Amino acid sequence: MARAVTTQKKVMWTALAWGFGLLMFFPILWTFLTSFKTEAAAISDPPVWLFFDWTLENYTAVQDRSNYPKALMNSIIIAVGSTLLGILIAVPAAWAMAFVPGKRTKDILLWMLSTKMLPAVGVLYPMVLLAKWLGVMDSRILLIVVLMLINLPIIVWMLYTYFKEIPGEILEAARMDGATLRSEIIHVLTPMALPGIASTILLNIILAWNEAFWTILLTTVDAAPLTAFIASFSAPEGLFYAKLSAASMMAIAPILIMGWFSQKQLVRGLTFGAVK
Amino acid sequence: MATAQSRSAARIMIAPAVFLLLVWMLIPLCMTLYFSFADYRPLRATFDAWIGFDNYIRFFSSSSFLKSVVTTLWMVSGILLITIIGGVLMALLLDRPMFGQGIVRILVIAPFFVMPTVSALVWKNMFFNVDNGLFSYLYKFIGLQPYDFLSQSPVFSIVIIVAWQWLPFATLILLTAVQSLDSEQLEAAEMDGAPALARFRFIILPHMSRAITVVILIQTIFLLSIFAEIFVTTSGAFGTRTLTYLVYQRVLESQNIGLGSAGGIIAVILANIVAIFLMRIVGKNLDN
Repeated sequence: MARAVTTQKKVMWTALAWGFGLLMFFPILWTFLTSFKTEAAAISDPPVWLFFDWTLENYTAVQDRSNYPKALMNSIIIAVGSTLLGILIAVPAAWAMAFVPGKRTKDILLWMLSTKMLPAVGVLYPMVLLAKWLGVMDSRILLIVVLMLINLPIIVWMLYTYFKEIPGEILEAARMDGATLRSEIIHVLTPMALPGIASTILLNIILAWNEAFWTILLTTVDAAPLTAFIASFSAPEGLFYAKLSAASMMAIAPILIMGWFSQKQLVRGLTFGAVK
Repeated sequence: MATAQSRSAARIMIAPAVFLLLVWMLIPLCMTLYFSFADYRPLRATFDAWIGFDNYIRFFSSSSFLKSVVTTLWMVSGILLITIIGGVLMALLLDRPMFGQGIVRILVIAPFFVMPTVSALVWKNMFFNVDNGLFSYLYKFIGLQPYDFLSQSPVFSIVIIVAWQWLPFATLILLTAVQSLDSEQLEAAEMDGAPALARFRFIILPHMSRAITVVILIQTIFLLSIFAEIFVTTSGAFGTRTLTYLVYQRVLESQNIGLGSAGGIIAVILANIVAIFLMRIVGKNLDN
């Protein structure tokens, strides 16, 4: 009897949860469906759900007509470039703070975090001015550096929390066996730290991919990534729903998939270890 | 054991990151501070390096400043309200036994990974649009006059868009907190006949309180800088000009650098007030 009640309850919870889940997901689903409609079907009244002539013409139209490939390329280069550059700088720092903690390690970590809280708009004009002075306005390198800097605190923090979990005894044992600092890093630490580094890379590519302040305001044509590309659809083209949907799907699909793999890291990466 | 040698090695390893962040913080911020005391309007070729606190006085006394602060407060608190209440309920729901829990989780979390410009445009055109938006069809379907969301309730519309993006974040973090709850305690309370509401009020909610605080603080910091969602939906029209957006307009649109910089400094100070509280919680956690 009791068993029947729990199954019944489970079915009820399942229905409720799926209902809310689908509600949250609905805008994405709707965009997905619309991207396969003709423009006429996209604005038909009443809306059509599944039974329309599925077409791929929007995807080809967006790719042919606009500079989508260039924007995609920019997004990839900027997101991956800024993340890898950040990793390069953050790994030694996080390693040192996790394994050779000093009196001021905590202060440094908190100070780094505080730089993340600086509102971007507070330094908007100086950044535009500096970029113009250096002649790097609307260039990929500028965005790689800027996005690296705004995400560096998160990268350091994530790596720090991962490295902290590696037991120090293992390092001491390696040192006893005569391992040098170099071989200690390469043969002992790196294999243990790789999963953490990989998740850090994943989350930061997502963050950089979706960053929509600097990528919009520091680019015009040459370095404009997908965020800026999509923003340009807010003009008359926004009225072409099916094409807007196709462009949107192409902009979010890769990151949506990566995001699903990084759910767990999200909590760690964005709460700075404050929620476990 | 950390030797003197490994200490100096550690210092060298930390140095690049510290140096870069220091430069990144100090140089632009000092420039903004400098400009905030200057009368600098490039379009009119005006440059007067020192006009004292004039910009601050003008920024504070302009009606757009007060309006933008009010708009910012409405927007941030509206989004927080929806995401926190929704997040607690969603977290509790996702913690229940059910079929296909993993898939539901994925569905719920997905909006967080949608880039802000995409979600803003999709909502603006395909949901809020008064002629062809889904909500208009829905209104007509139930026999109501279609409602022009973005011009009639612009702040509310943006709240919906941003809340949709951040609800997954709140849910995910609060779910982590719920799952770390000692289930024996809950079972004991249930055995003692504590009703569900009392269990929530006296066991679950206190347990979640810290996670809720963290979510509020982190979201507030990010929400104070909402930009893209306003940029592609209303461009600051219809009373959706937040402090961030006002500063952006002063600096890049009307090119009044002095005034905009004063606004920027004010935004930095406001964000720092929130940041101090977050840092305290994070700092305490580092000690354990």
